[in-house]
Amino acid sequence: MMKLTKKDILGIKDMSVDEINVILDTAESFIEVSTREIKKVPTLRGKTVVNLFFEASTRTRTSFEIAGKRLSADTINISSSTSSVVKGETLIDTARNLEAMNPDAIVIRHSAAGAPHMLARMVKQSIINAGDGAHEHPTQALLDMMTIKEKKGKISGLKVAIVGDIAHSRVARSNIYGLTKMGASVTVAGPAMMMPQNIEQMGVTVHNSLEKAIRDVDIIMMLRIQLERQQQKIFPSLREYSNYFCLNRQNIKIAKDDVLVMHPGPINRGIEIAPDIADGPYSVILDQVTNGVAVRMALLYLLIGGKS
Amino acid sequence: MKLILANGRIIDPSQDLDAQLDLLIENGKITQIGKNIHQSRNSSRKPGAGEINIIDLRGMVVAPGLIDMHTHLREPGFEYKETIKTGSEAAAAGGFTSVACMANTKPVNDTRSVTEYIKRKAASCNLVNVYPIASISLGLEGTTMTEFRDLQDAGAVAFSDDGKPVADSALMRRSLEYASSLDMPIISHCEDLYLSAGGSMNEGFVSTELGLQGIPNIAEETIIARDIIIADYTKTILHIAHVSTAGAVRLIKDAKDRGIKVTAETAPHYFTLTDEVLREFDTCAKVNPPLRTIDDVKAIKEGLSNGTIDAIASDHAPHASTDKEIEFEYAASGITGLETSLALSLKLVDDGILTLNELILKMSTNPARILNISKGTLKKGADADITVIDLEKNWIVDRNKLCSKGKNTPFHGWNLKGKAILTIVGGEIKYQEKS
Repeated sequence: MMKLTKKDILGIKDMSVDEINVILDTAESFIEVSTREIKKVPTLRGKTVVNLFFEASTRTRTSFEIAGKRLSADTINISSSTSSVVKGETLIDTARNLEAMNPDAIVIRHSAAGAPHMLARMVKQSIINAGDGAHEHPTQALLDMMTIKEKKGKISGLKVAIVGDIAHSRVARSNIYGLTKMGASVTVAGPAMMMPQNIEQMGVTVHNSLEKAIRDVDIIMMLRIQLERQQQKIFPSLREYSNYFCLNRQNIKIAKDDVLVMHPGPINRGIEIAPDIADGPYSVILDQVTNGVAVRMALLYLLIGGKS
Repeated sequence: MKLILANGRIIDPSQDLDAQLDLLIENGKITQIGKNIHQSRNSSRKPGAGEINIIDLRGMVVAPGLIDMHTHLREPGFEYKETIKTGSEAAAAGGFTSVACMANTKPVNDTRSVTEYIKRKAASCNLVNVYPIASISLGLEGTTMTEFRDLQDAGAVAFSDDGKPVADSALMRRSLEYASSLDMPIISHCEDLYLSAGGSMNEGFVSTELGLQGIPNIAEETIIARDIIIADYTKTILHIAHVSTAGAVRLIKDAKDRGIKVTAETAPHYFTLTDEVLREFDTCAKVNPPLRTIDDVKAIKEGLSNGTIDAIASDHAPHASTDKEIEFEYAASGITGLETSLALSLKLVDDGILTLNELILKMSTNPARILNISKGTLKKGADADITVIDLEKNWIVDRNKLCSKGKNTPFHGWNLKGKAILTIVGGEIKYQEKS
């Protein structure tokens, strides 16, 4: 099994197609472990993985914790609200103190872009970016690509539409990098004021309407709209958003008949995705979650497995 | 104390001078400027004529003392970032004989007592001339005008709420009117806080890729346009601080062409770096206004070349490591600039953007004119504020060796050419480069 030469997983932008393939192939081999009665392999026995989460998370954190435990690693969860961060401890000090306890890997989610990169420069442990601000969410993109590959047999040549608040979405950015690298053609759609400057330079087509974006696409990736996150009140109301950007049983007909509906979660039922679409036959949202554990097992294994 | 600076290449735009001449300095003033003073002095030396120090400056450029008209010395209140003393040491090491310091201290320099404090502190340091810039509004809150005349009397040379814009256009109008009536410049930090809200770098392709909220160039340009229009209407004098965008240069050029009394400054980082350097999230390069795109850099250089931009001012903004070594979007904005300003600006001469004469115009003559201080000249009778520059000196920027407490320079490790080897203030050597 090939290994990764990187110390850290910080983003998809700096990942090569070969590296992505190694990760996806490795992840595939770990799917089976999660289906056994005894869901454990001894691969990372004696290794310590710290999950340092400065932002709330259900999926990602649980997924990393389960991934570590199924590989027999010792996993530790730190959430900022219950750590000394509330006493004003800086990121640097948090990192150095953890480093002094000699874990093997640190998984970090932070609201500030660049925080994992700062950590990676500072400590000798492997750092995995579980989401930094609106910048990147590499493990999400990897599990998304794994899901597409599983359901469609390939990524290259497929048409993908990513819909929502692109400007504030790390899932969008990482997926744009990953999918374009793997040969898919990517369209992004959202209200004009949620579309970042010059995003076409990332190699995507831009639309301001859901209908235009999803015409004949193979995959629709809906993003969670978070009106409360933006203090500047960018969009008038949830009502307006869901009237014109919600994926439902009428507008989904514009896409291909065998379209896949994806969502990184958590979903806002009825806002960006109609409940019957989220729960319906096109949806692979829960497959994404299952694949998430496998992808994270693969990354932990590739980064810190087999090191003496 | 008599000092002869011999054989240097004297470049003084205020006298249209570029020649190899000697300078005689007596009692803190330039008393003679001419050929071979050192020889005639030696030969006609009367007994008991007093000690004369002669420094041979063959191969060096001798300029009127450089003036940095935009610095933050952080005292009173933020002494952990910089003090008037360490800031003055940085200034002297950078070749500056005078600096003007901004009012966003704690307390804000909005009353005569703070202005007087700064002047007293600077005088006791006895290093470089420090000219306080008082604030436009009390507490920098942007509502009530400060006592301009009283502050002028206390020694302030200009008014600025720098760090913040004056958002209230009516206050901006009244301030321009009052200040102009006192022949005092208003230095405007142009930023629309609504357009820039939440931003930590330039809005552009790099910010799109990094997922960071951007500060669009229109945040700067809309307020520059507003200020120019008000200055035109009221026939007042206006100075635009830290110009960073192509659109800003265009607006200022148009205004000048129409006879509006506007002057402008830019800082070395705006003609040296682009937002691309932020891809590694280096907080040392986080500054406000932010580093822009290559097209903006080109326009700034053109603006310097064609006279649209009158002055180069470092916007020296020292910060402690606790303010900078944190997450990018939380880090303080600012670059420590006094000690790299000259070398970075000399590169403009090397690249043919400015002549040496034009550079000294922008770093000495014009700042003196804009601030209305009797500096920036080597005329006979002028204060002996002199900067001696070795154009060929190669050196490497080491943030740990800076005199400033602020180590926040994005130029750490850079190979630069050109340095001030001698900084003379009032006829006394305040900085001498060890050879």
